Amino acid sequence: MKNLVEVKNIKKNYGKNEAVKDISFNIKEDEILGLLGPNGSGKTTTIGMLLGLLKPTSGEIFINGQKLEGNRIEILEQINFISPYIELPKKLTVKQNLTVYGKLYKINNINERIEFLSEKLRLKGLLNSITGELSSGQKNRVSLAKALINEPKVLLLDEPTASLDPEVGDFVRSFLEDYKKEKKISILLASHNMNEVTRLCKSILMMKDGIIIDEGNPEELINKHGRKNLEEVFLKLSRSKNELN
Amino acid sequence: MYGLFLRHFYLITRSFPRVLDLVYWPTIQITLWGFISNFFATHTTYYNNAVGVILTCAILYDFLFRTSIGFNMLFLEEIWSRNFTNLFIAPMKIGEILTSLVATALIRALIGLIPAVLLTSPLFGISILDLGIFLFFLFLSLYLFGITLGILVSAGLLRYGPSFENIAWSTMFLLAPFGCIYYPIEILPEVFQKIAYLLPLVYIFEEARNILINQAVDIQNIYYAFLWNGVYFVLSIILFYYSFNVAKNKGTLINMGE
Repeated sequence: MKNLVEVKNIKKNYGKNEAVKDISFNIKEDEILGLLGPNGSGKTTTIGMLLGLLKPTSGEIFINGQKLEGNRIEILEQINFISPYIELPKKLTVKQNLTVYGKLYKINNINERIEFLSEKLRLKGLLNSITGELSSGQKNRVSLAKALINEPKVLLLDEPTASLDPEVGDFVRSFLEDYKKEKKISILLASHNMNEVTRLCKSILMMKDGIIIDEGNPEELINKHGRKNLEEVFLKLSRSKNELN
Repeated sequence: MYGLFLRHFYLITRSFPRVLDLVYWPTIQITLWGFISNFFATHTTYYNNAVGVILTCAILYDFLFRTSIGFNMLFLEEIWSRNFTNLFIAPMKIGEILTSLVATALIRALIGLIPAVLLTSPLFGISILDLGIFLFFLFLSLYLFGITLGILVSAGLLRYGPSFENIAWSTMFLLAPFGCIYYPIEILPEVFQKIAYLLPLVYIFEEARNILINQAVDIQNIYYAFLWNGVYFVLSIILFYYSFNVAKNKGTLINMGE
């Protein structure tokens, strides 16, 4: 499997504050990589750099073999992002929002794409609803549809199931598993939901204070740290000093 | 009570645009109305033969105001709806974002302008069309300046985040005293005149008055209006790109909070 995402020695400083300190990782095709870490560990900064919203102080990022710096537009055509902290315009209907983003991502067959995604994400009956009037679960599925409108090769997910009830959360996780399997895409999942990460991710990066303090698959990490589950591993690493294990 | 006071006090002291906002509103209002009052007190017969001049200038100024605010609104809408990040991760070049905002702002301004123009004739017996073919050049010049101001404010929003919003609403008022919208430039103190001559506005409104009052056209005024518009437009584009790069370094694009 080839690497769709290659991150090489990226650093990000805000003045004297080192938000991300020389981290490197890859995400393979058909892989979900979990990005874990306490608040302020550098997860969002890392995602921001992968999206081209933040300029790394140093280091390089390659998406599907192309260097991000200098190829931002071509790369943005191949990636997408979902976060509970960003929303779609509330006054537009679901279909209008998806059409707008279909146009922005230069999708040729927008109606077919919307039809396909609304079928898969249980949005059929909501296409003419006002986005701002939807429930959290419905909005989340609409945001997911927007994030998939361009058939991204790389999907960046920041807390994709935060504030969702267990049923909708489970639906979204199952959908992501199936979609990744079908389309062979790479997913970077930043989450504080350890069950979600254990279920979806074969590999995990643990970040703290801007560095990767540990990595591996969930089972390996649990055994290595002698804990019962990933949540306990997370707590141990979050409370420890920054020493590479 | 004190807690609520502190909440706003801390917010103001943490944000330079908010402090500036508090100071310049009264200053600008007093300055603008001071010059208008001064003009009418000393030139009581100036508009005797051209009753439509003030109204025409008001419509022209409103077009400028609508264009600039319209542009800012388009940008602010994305921040208010928390859609800003989605927009900036879409595969659009900065030039494409600006072009689409410029075109949309024109449509918004025209929607506001057309009813105003149509109403002035039946209500006041005045037609802005009296400016003739040169009306097009005056509107085009105002549109360019409105867009330029919009781009400058958007650059500020990118650079400083939503706290720059108050500046967005008041840029037009900041420039109004120097624009010589309702009075000729001679009414301004000499220092202000020098500043006013660096803005395209003074040439546009001087020319509108010249056409309506003297029934003559001074091409030089239109030329200078476009010249300064060109200079400021290019500067605004450069500043927008610069602000975008600063925002990428500072993280403003992913952190559009207070």
